Amino acid sequence: MRTMLRDVSVLTVRNLVHIRREPLQLSDVTVQPVLFTLLFTYVFGAGIVLPGHGSYNAFAIAGLLALNLTTSSMGTAVGLSNDLTSGAIDRFRTLPIWRPAVLAGRSLADLLTAGICATIVALSGLVIGWRPEHGIARMLAGFGLFLFFSYAVSWYCACLGIMSKGPESAQGLGLIVLFPLAFVSNAMVPTQHMPSVLRIVADWNPVSAVTSAARELWGNPNPSAAIGDWPMQHPVAASLLWSFALVATFAPLAVLLYRRRTTT
Amino acid sequence: MDAMIEAQGLCKRYGATVALDGLDLAVPAGAILGVLGPNGAGKTTAVRILTTLARPDAGTGRVAGHDVVREADAVRRAIGVTAQSATVDEVLTGRQNLVMIGRLSGLRRRDAHARAAALLEQFELADSGDRMVREYSGGMRRRLDLAASLVTRPPVLFLDEPTTGLDPTSRVRMWGVIRELVAGGATLLLTTQYLDEADELADRILVIDRGRAISEGTAAELKAQTGGARLEVTLTAPDGGATAALAAYVSGDVHESHDGMRLRAPTRNEPGLATRVVRALDDAGITVDDVQVHQPSLDDVFFALTGHAAEDEEAAAA
Repeated sequence: MRTMLRDVSVLTVRNLVHIRREPLQLSDVTVQPVLFTLLFTYVFGAGIVLPGHGSYNAFAIAGLLALNLTTSSMGTAVGLSNDLTSGAIDRFRTLPIWRPAVLAGRSLADLLTAGICATIVALSGLVIGWRPEHGIARMLAGFGLFLFFSYAVSWYCACLGIMSKGPESAQGLGLIVLFPLAFVSNAMVPTQHMPSVLRIVADWNPVSAVTSAARELWGNPNPSAAIGDWPMQHPVAASLLWSFALVATFAPLAVLLYRRRTTT
Repeated sequence: MDAMIEAQGLCKRYGATVALDGLDLAVPAGAILGVLGPNGAGKTTAVRILTTLARPDAGTGRVAGHDVVREADAVRRAIGVTAQSATVDEVLTGRQNLVMIGRLSGLRRRDAHARAAALLEQFELADSGDRMVREYSGGMRRRLDLAASLVTRPPVLFLDEPTTGLDPTSRVRMWGVIRELVAGGATLLLTTQYLDEADELADRILVIDRGRAISEGTAAELKAQTGGARLEVTLTAPDGGATAALAAYVSGDVHESHDGMRLRAPTRNEPGLATRVVRALDDAGITVDDVQVHQPSLDDVFFALTGHAAEDEEAAAA
């Protein structure tokens, strides 16, 4: 047990050092959140009128968290793929370590990175006028839902990273799935005016559930509350269910794929 | 029976490619085996199986008395591995790499740091220990990689083409490092496609071709298989009697250069050959500037064993 924890923590620290020293990965969680916040609130915010006339800036922060956390979870895919192709994982495998530590260390490092990313989004939100209105406990609960969701998505990305031939193709595969996932949702715009098929997809999208849940918990404008679909009526429960389902599906799958890829 | 590294009938195929086709090898404790072969001969596959990274389709491998498939963890505790492509972490510093390996191998934090410092010192990396590996030269990376495989002082070492891609100076330096290392009594299996490297470092050489061992012996034994040496004599002045004087010491026709100064002939290398050649020429009143007995190179050996040059297969595999 102690050696398992030690292996996981050593590899987690190693991955954090990587993220800190890789300019691209670092900017994904530091520069990009600030940039997205400014772009969306100043460029889109001017043109989007919310049903019920709430403040777009207050509306946008939960969505920006969803957007940044979803897209930056690609780092999991790229990082794993890098380690598999560079021989780093082969080196670890010649050491007497607890085998799942490689995956556990990766997802833990990415969870901590997601925490940093979320903090930066929140700070830029505070600057442009966003406030969590319902107290500390509910504020933390909202962030908790986001981090859980981000952790769940990173297991999906781990699968992509293990299946892909190299970091570039991992990134390509990730983009194709994660961008529509992040954008066909209520994250940046209310879904009310979307074409009907897209609107149904958006309202059942896990990204919409976690975003709505945070808006509820933080007392921010939440136009989706007026939508009758079950996830929009029960966003906290829906978000938890989605995240559990994603972890339950993709974590065992990632372990299986990893075992298969490293058993040659 | 005391083999630290042992393979019996290892077979491995990747799709249609047969990488290993019944490879046998054994390395006694404290010995250095050089596995020599061109690209694509199966060297890396053999190392991957013996270091628990790949499973054999057939056959067994044992390292330090443990089966590489069934007792993989015990094998991992006994080995140090330097893979063909340097697998040190580019983004970490040299020291961070060594500490990480130490921690993952079960050393306490303080011991891992102490060991890292000692290894950096030993491998002349102390000055660059806190720089990121991505700033290292090729030779420094290889030394760090080697250091990384020594963190736990493993009794069995695998070095897969430790000098491939290095410039001649770094290569010679690496040889020095490897020699020091085995002076400590470790058992070593080293693969190489450089024939002089096997000659330089290994006690015994196993020549493999197309996934199978085709010959094994000391460098001298292998050279003997090519059937002899070459005698080269340079005279002070051309002399018609030189060929006749050499006749007793050569095993074929004497070839004379067009100026008549240099004579070449195949010979059987016997102790004292050069002395007797000089004496014979002196007796005939011929003065000599230079006498050389050339041993066959291991390139010649490979050609004699396989019927094709090492480079041929490399090109075919590429």
